[in-house]
Amino acid sequence: MKSSYREALRAGIRDALQRDDRVFLMGEDVGAYGGSFAVSLGLLEEFGPERIRDTPLSESGFVGAGIGAALGGMRPIVEIMTVNFSLLALDQIVNNAASLLHMSGGQFHVPLVIRMTTGAGRQLGAQHSHSLEGWYAHIPGLRILTPATLEDARGMLWTALQDPDPVLIFEHGSLYNVPGELADDAGAVDITSAAIRRPGADVTLITYGGTLPLTLEAAGQLAGEGIDAEVLDLRTLRPLDDAAILASVARTHRAVVVDEGWRSGSISAEISARISEHAFFELDAPVGRVCSSEVPIPYSKHLELAALPSVERVVAASREAVGARG
Amino acid sequence: MTGPMAAAAGPLDPAHGRHLLLQMLRVRRLEEKCVELYSAAKIRGFLHVYIGEEAVAAGVLGTLAPEDAVVATYREHGHALLRGVSAGSILAEMYGFVEGCCRGRGGSMHLFDAATRFYGGNAIVAGGLPLAVGLALADKLAGRPRVTVCFFGEGAVAEGEFHESLNLAALWQLPVLFCCENNLYAMGTALGRSESQTDIALKAAGYEIAAWAVDGMDVLAVEETARRAVDAVRAGGGPHFLELRTYRFRAHSMFDPERYRDKAEVAKWLERDPITLLRSAMEAAGQLTHGDWQQLQADAEAEVEAGVELAEAGTPEPLEDLTRFVYSEPGTRSEGAGS
Repeated sequence: MKSSYREALRAGIRDALQRDDRVFLMGEDVGAYGGSFAVSLGLLEEFGPERIRDTPLSESGFVGAGIGAALGGMRPIVEIMTVNFSLLALDQIVNNAASLLHMSGGQFHVPLVIRMTTGAGRQLGAQHSHSLEGWYAHIPGLRILTPATLEDARGMLWTALQDPDPVLIFEHGSLYNVPGELADDAGAVDITSAAIRRPGADVTLITYGGTLPLTLEAAGQLAGEGIDAEVLDLRTLRPLDDAAILASVARTHRAVVVDEGWRSGSISAEISARISEHAFFELDAPVGRVCSSEVPIPYSKHLELAALPSVERVVAASREAVGARG
Repeated sequence: MTGPMAAAAGPLDPAHGRHLLLQMLRVRRLEEKCVELYSAAKIRGFLHVYIGEEAVAAGVLGTLAPEDAVVATYREHGHALLRGVSAGSILAEMYGFVEGCCRGRGGSMHLFDAATRFYGGNAIVAGGLPLAVGLALADKLAGRPRVTVCFFGEGAVAEGEFHESLNLAALWQLPVLFCCENNLYAMGTALGRSESQTDIALKAAGYEIAAWAVDGMDVLAVEETARRAVDAVRAGGGPHFLELRTYRFRAHSMFDPERYRDKAEVAKWLERDPITLLRSAMEAAGQLTHGDWQQLQADAEAEVEAGVELAEAGTPEPLEDLTRFVYSEPGTRSEGAGS
């Protein structure tokens, strides 16, 4: 059936609400407004205000309340409007959600799912556009998901809700309107493995979330130049699927990481380090990286575009990796 | 907030009076032992003791049912003990041993216990308030007549999470009892140096939450007010708030040189020691003999000494278990999670 990324997310939330009466959705403007990105549109009418719960502008308060409700046996889905706003709840996410199981010696599980929008490309300026999912991937105790396809938008939520530990789902803002086909029986998907979105032999392009479409486009262009790129969609940033990354690099012997986060201290740095540690002698070229420029994301369209990974930059980095052969 | 034992609390049943004295003595003795063990380097890290504030935990926790939940702070040894966590598992935790209530992963500031629904042990000031709101939300959604009690110090009042949590609890009419332990100092910062409005109960009232300020040195007054508040919360009356005016007799932590308050002030408060107040009132009423008093002290002492013995015999967690409990172990279904 025809769907969009947004509709696939909504179908996933609706399915969870129907299947488990402990599940509820809570966040700013998820109810009467219909969701700030219209993901939850219509759910208030369908499930009522107890389960589609509008909150005040209190990110720390309602994220902490989600943790408490999870401790109390519920299965909350907490929506934070954007990753930038999640910084107001960082204390609860890091000091409580990620730490309670360990601090309590294994007694208290936090089966909480937090969804948030991430990423740039819509001229929203520095306080609505950052890509901080790599930052969250630094934290032991969290699972970090980055659905890039309609299938993952539809299916990651249910699997995340079955996880006894906190799961953060990052939805790139540029994906919501992406149309596509979704199988009528689309449902829960695995949340542990990376996926090869395009097989190839010459270079591995490693990416996730919002940069998957442009990376696939770059791979298409490279094919026209006789470069056969493999595109690996990480899907999960923590824990990373090391085996999939290393297996692909072992086949292609070259890697370029495409990451909308800033380069310094980023998930791309971590991936590059792991490849160096575990596949150094497989490499025919240094690991390349295409990241965002190290500036707060600017408003002006041409500056914003210049700051972000692009098809051209991925193509150029791939050519460089392949050109370094021998 | 001064004066003799609250007459308002009514005639005291001698057996109940002895029970409350014992609860406070158990905490006092445990905390004195902690200080001793800290000085002997058996306990490390930060240690914050509750000496002087015992009437608050003793008065409030006795009004709860086993199915209720408790959220506390980093000064929570007494709350854990009176909630039912054994002195042995508390002390073993501070020794860093696997016999501790958190297998030595939490320490003094992070005591947790699923069996008694004791949710910490939160060392971020005000960090526990949103958790309490969520625990109460879960009960409300599930239709369970349970109460969540959340303890925090007056320093928490300056944090945003305090205001966010009170607003959420009132807005959603959640079954939570907020207990502000106002000991007048946030570490070394006096209330008047950190708050434009020092009447804390008034702040709660600003959120349309029923709030009382109580003499936190008078265990009978604390218990009486807490019982009324807990009953009201359990009956569906929404959140309630107690400001318990108390005083910490010891330093903030073992590293605190106490430059911020003078000895005369401490001496004045020592005259209102909650244990002495109740003891004197009962003795004056002929409800406590010297033999009774000696027996209560001996009982508290024996419990703590048994706890020390258990902690002394504790064992360190094997190093190969270092990375356990970061994620739930395979086979953990989220269904059973701590509910």
